Amino acid sequence: MDSFITGSLIYWLVAALFLLGVYGILANNNLMKKLMAMNIMQVAVIVFFLILGQKLGGTLPILMGSDTTVDHYINPLPHALMLTAIVVSLSTTGVALALLMRIQERYGEIEEDDILRRMNE
Amino acid sequence: MKKGFGSIVLDASFRVLVPFTLVYGVYVLVHGEYSPGGGFQAGALLAVGIILSRLIQGNEKALFNIKGNVALILAGIGTALYALIGFSTIFLGGKFLEYGRLPFSVHDPAELHALGMLGIEIGVTLCVMMTIVAIFDALTGEEEGI
Amino acid sequence: MREQLPALIVVVPLLASLVAPLVAYFSTALVRLVAIAAILVANISAIGSLTHALTKGNWHYHFGDWAPPWGIELVIDPLAGAIAVLISFVSLVVVIYAGPYLKEDGWLKKGIFYSLFALLTTGLLGMVVTGDVFNLYVFLEISSLAGYALIASGGNKAVVAAFRYLLIGTIGASFYLLGIGYLYAVTGTLNMVDLAEKLPLLMDSPAVIIAIVMLVVGLGTKMALFPLHGWQPDAYTYSHPAAAAFIAGVMGKVPAYAAIRFFFFIMGAATGPVYKALQIMGWLAAAGIIIGSLMAIAQKDFRRMLAYSSVAQIGYVVVGLAIGNSLALIGAVLHIINHAIMKSCLFLVAGGIQWRTGNVSVEKFAELNKKMPLTMGALVIAALSMVGLPPTAGFFSKWYLVLGAIEADMWFYVVVIIISSLLNAVYFFRVIENIYMKKASEEAKDKDKDKGKGMFELPLQMLVPIVVLGLGILVLGILNEPIVSQVIQFVIPGGGQ
Repeated sequence: MDSFITGSLIYWLVAALFLLGVYGILANNNLMKKLMAMNIMQVAVIVFFLILGQKLGGTLPILMGSDTTVDHYINPLPHALMLTAIVVSLSTTGVALALLMRIQERYGEIEEDDILRRMNE
Repeated sequence: MKKGFGSIVLDASFRVLVPFTLVYGVYVLVHGEYSPGGGFQAGALLAVGIILSRLIQGNEKALFNIKGNVALILAGIGTALYALIGFSTIFLGGKFLEYGRLPFSVHDPAELHALGMLGIEIGVTLCVMMTIVAIFDALTGEEEGI
Repeated sequence: MREQLPALIVVVPLLASLVAPLVAYFSTALVRLVAIAAILVANISAIGSLTHALTKGNWHYHFGDWAPPWGIELVIDPLAGAIAVLISFVSLVVVIYAGPYLKEDGWLKKGIFYSLFALLTTGLLGMVVTGDVFNLYVFLEISSLAGYALIASGGNKAVVAAFRYLLIGTIGASFYLLGIGYLYAVTGTLNMVDLAEKLPLLMDSPAVIIAIVMLVVGLGTKMALFPLHGWQPDAYTYSHPAAAAFIAGVMGKVPAYAAIRFFFFIMGAATGPVYKALQIMGWLAAAGIIIGSLMAIAQKDFRRMLAYSSVAQIGYVVVGLAIGNSLALIGAVLHIINHAIMKSCLFLVAGGIQWRTGNVSVEKFAELNKKMPLTMGALVIAALSMVGLPPTAGFFSKWYLVLGAIEADMWFYVVVIIISSLLNAVYFFRVIENIYMKKASEEAKDKDKDKGKGMFELPLQMLVPIVVLGLGILVLGILNEPIVSQVIQFVIPGGGQ
């Protein structure tokens, strides 16, 4: 049980978060809620990458003192990669919010089935 | 957000918060190679300072008022600064973004790399700050259509 | 500067995109010149890199002079060079075509349009030439975001279509990121050459199998493989007409190139889980070909018909990957190149028809050949090429696919390709019949918008790209023998299976 909690539990949680995000995009009617579910899905992928860099007993990857053995520090490469992924998530959210404002002005609401009904009239 | 919130409590307290936020943002930018930080986080912090003053004081009378159109131009200039630093190393004989060939004279090659990285992080900070202000303006302004 | 050509391919359009709003603020004529000049420089750099890759071997360019696997590198081999030349050529043609659409707009809209267009070009070129899988994700998202914004500038319905495309495209990109996360977890590197060395020992581990599944779903969403194609008809139909040609012709093909890169270069496709994954992709693609063609027959809107036809055409490329031997791979790569030119030409013609007469419904196309003879000539050439008649280019790519399928004893794909060519003939000949043989109704003649009071049927900046692409289809068809033997022959890794 102990090795499950320190080993695989975090992966199961991240997978549950990712699937919740995908389900949210598919099942919600309101466009704003779909956008928030998309954000949750992207955060799940980011946390998955960060887990890959953790080590048991490792600390922040900043050189402290003269200790230079690799086992003391966690892997900083996934953190650097995920900085880029966070910025991508921000930009996607920004574009989506601007599109939502446009839809709200032209169609008057942001429930998906009402928008589709008005588009096809 | 033409009028802003404008109550007395918010008006007095944000004048204390915003300068600290801006200084903290610049601190995070410059300490990018010593501690967690760097361009993206600093840009977000600086943008928070601008957005806070616009939220509380309204669109016309805010401090550091930058319109959405001008923000887009400045965002482009910020990233162009990054690309131009990379380009300048091509003209000086190296590959793209090869910091070793920048024309500053310092003793340590590691310091030259640190200077180059500071330059590109400043470009990134400008871009992220202006982009967040542009997104804010697109969401709360009244558009004439684009 | 000669040694820095690979970096110029990506960096020059990026710089043009970043300074475009500033230049547009001062002078709107200058921003168009800047955009065209930047894409022209990217074109020349791509051609230079391709010739270097063909004569002297693959070009590895290290950013910042850091050796891989610590640094990011660009790798230009014949496949990347050929598709880079294709992307920059189509981009140049479409950016010249987009001029008259923006004539009455202010500086902000002009600057932003050229900026987004150059950013889309940068993203697609970067996806093709990079040698690092995470760099590919970054460029994929750059091109996708610019694509969403360009699609959304086309009107009211386009905004909803762009929003739905954004949601589905982000799901696809997240699956791709998860896939390369699994690959990073088992090998510890993100460089393509390094992955190709370390992966063959690990091919049976569950992590690699999950990575393959994630990559199939992620890249399949981005290239609109059936059944993940739901975003494509709306997005291509309502998009801004000047950008539709570039997005429809090229942006759906580059994830197919990424699939070739992953499944044939990084992981060997001969045996194991990759082979089974490609088989499943082949069945889905075959279903997509038939269903895409059937749906296209049922459409009245010309652009929607072309969008469903794109769903079918990407199926041909994936069928070529699924068959897997060298003839089929040659057919798949040749079809990527041919279909980009054909579909871009068709969308440019659709935009020209909408500019001149204001309608896009096929039934109202009557007697257009009298008003717009050159445009209709290009339409006929492109339609014949989509059906697959010699000597147009479409015939040769389907010929290679059928030869590859016969050699691999996969008769199912031969039947699918032939039936779908007949279905293509149904809906394209219906359009040609409407244009040339139907009499126009009286009210249509009165309501003619007649924007082209000058000598030519369309503004010259719109007519020349259409004619160039139409002639390009004929040229690609007639010259396909030297193209295959000199360029594409070297694309196939080790001669295939």
